[in-house]
Amino acid sequence: MSSVAAAASRSTHTVEGTQVSVLRGGSGPPLLFLHGSDAFTDWQPFMAELAGRFDVIVPDHPGFGQSSTPPWLDTIGDLAHFYRAFIEALGLHDVILAGHGIGGWIACELALRDTRDLRALVLVDAAGLPLTEDGVDTFMLSPEALRKASYTDVSHAPTDDAFLAQQPKNALMTARVAWCPRFYDPQLAKWLHRLRLPALIVWGEQDAVFPPRQAETFAAAIPGARTQLVAAAGHLPHVEQPQAFAAAVAAFIQGGLK
Amino acid sequence: MKFIAFHLMPYADLDLSYTDRYESAWVTLPNSYYDPVKGHALYNRYLDELEYADQLGFDGIGINEHHQNAYGLMPTPGVIAGALARRTRGSLAVLGRALPLVNNPCVIAEEFSMIDNITGGRLIAGFVRGIGAEYHSWNMNPAFSHERFGEAHDLIVRAWTETGPFHWRGKHYDFRYVNTWPRPYQQPHPPIWIPSQGSRETIVWAAAAERKYTYLQTYSPVAAVKKFLDMYREEAQKAGYTATPEQVGWMAPVFVGETDASARAEAQPHIESFANKFLRMTPEMVRPPGYLSLASANAVLEAKSSQAGGARTIDQLIESGQLICGSAATVRDQLAEHERTLGLGHFLALLQFGTLPHEATMRNIERHSIDGRAHTVCRERYRLVLVGGGKTSQGRA
Repeated sequence: MSSVAAAASRSTHTVEGTQVSVLRGGSGPPLLFLHGSDAFTDWQPFMAELAGRFDVIVPDHPGFGQSSTPPWLDTIGDLAHFYRAFIEALGLHDVILAGHGIGGWIACELALRDTRDLRALVLVDAAGLPLTEDGVDTFMLSPEALRKASYTDVSHAPTDDAFLAQQPKNALMTARVAWCPRFYDPQLAKWLHRLRLPALIVWGEQDAVFPPRQAETFAAAIPGARTQLVAAAGHLPHVEQPQAFAAAVAAFIQGGLK
Repeated sequence: MKFIAFHLMPYADLDLSYTDRYESAWVTLPNSYYDPVKGHALYNRYLDELEYADQLGFDGIGINEHHQNAYGLMPTPGVIAGALARRTRGSLAVLGRALPLVNNPCVIAEEFSMIDNITGGRLIAGFVRGIGAEYHSWNMNPAFSHERFGEAHDLIVRAWTETGPFHWRGKHYDFRYVNTWPRPYQQPHPPIWIPSQGSRETIVWAAAAERKYTYLQTYSPVAAVKKFLDMYREEAQKAGYTATPEQVGWMAPVFVGETDASARAEAQPHIESFANKFLRMTPEMVRPPGYLSLASANAVLEAKSSQAGGARTIDQLIESGQLICGSAATVRDQLAEHERTLGLGHFLALLQFGTLPHEATMRNIERHSIDGRAHTVCRERYRLVLVGGGKTSQGRA
């Protein structure tokens, strides 16, 4: 995978008046990965794993990480419309749309609006639906407590200066789009059953932020969705278990999206 | 300089050992810690204290708004203002209502208008954003705090000054019929004060030439008060005018005893309970994401390593000027010095804090008022003595 990792690059695109910073690497069908509350500062092992089979595209959301903050950004719906424009601007087709946390929520909102150019949906410990049981309140936790709640092994948590430096920006935008209702939209719960895309739901078995029962909630809401729990993983199974995560995605795509 | 007796109305009977089990007196401290029988007594005691301060000649009395904590028991300040309105004579300062927390700011326009009518124009209307913790308690999005504050302010002022009905079309509020009954007694509207902990955005906004609102620095070290009041004056200059002393004020706890030593000894447990128990909050409560602008949040991140942690002692609080404590002469001299160096037009004395009991509070009010004579005589004497024993003419204005 090292050669693939070396091929990854970061570039900036202008979409809807926003300077969007994008990590991209690998080859194959396009896999657009929408991050959760924190943007990635560099190419991750799970991206490298996926890059062996896919053209992996990981933008920093508008208002997050190294992307600029547009004046129109207020809601997850705004980001869903933005990513529709992003897919068009990059000329992507047959996209595997993956999203973690609020990225999964954006993916659901986008797919409900318009499935053009989309091939499949992969939701990873996703936000968007009301929780059947409360997880931790991420906005009330200290950085240390949040790391403990998010990872089964805190050594998996990024603590480099670049990551910490952009946390206030990421936290502000996460609050802006997800504070209330807290990480969900009641409209999505009403209409998610209309989703017409093959869907894989991946969840960390020990997620304390969005407890794993939430995977069942998504599975019940999306017709035909398949669920894959990841062992020894908390809220970020793709970070904690990159190989298992990539294998689950690959099996889903290569197995005929079933 | 004008003096206002300010009250937070804390739950003074709080079991201070709560910190063995809970991290804060805000947001998550179970309300089983509140005893309504004791609360009944406290509310009436506090009203007595404010009425007493009014009788002794303070220029005004001040209250504020806090939610879901032991620090301040005035979630609806209009109720307290209503209870005080007919039994006081000086200014009634509500400092203030937290605009972004309400979904219909017209209720604040109405509430303030009612108080202004009942008091015949004695209301000072304070507008605040609310403490960060209250965005947790109220589940209001802190990332929209500045936007909602600005829009709610514009709506309230228009509701006070424009003949209704009119249609308010904003980003956060849309009301087809805005038509405030009663209209405010003071025309065009009550004086607006802006209490803050020192947000640059708030200071720039309050000092703008089209507003010139009185800026009030809340509980802070003297160095910070100086910095933020100077910032206000600089912004006024940039806006093309010179700020008057009446445009800046400061709120600080004050304790006046027989001697410096006895004042310190008497105040110690109560001011330390205030600083370490009632004000106890986690950083995540104080600064939920978006409550500060990104520039301010990044500045806080950079400053974190230099922040001192741990409990505050009375000596630290006196040293930093967060508590003004001593004999009447000491307090008088310090206030005169602060008036001179800070250019204050208003001083808000917090004369009850933390667990300070009723009798001690009443004595504190009396000593702060110097001699407890009748209203008008005391008011004049009070100013004379505080400003320098009658040797200057400043206090006679």
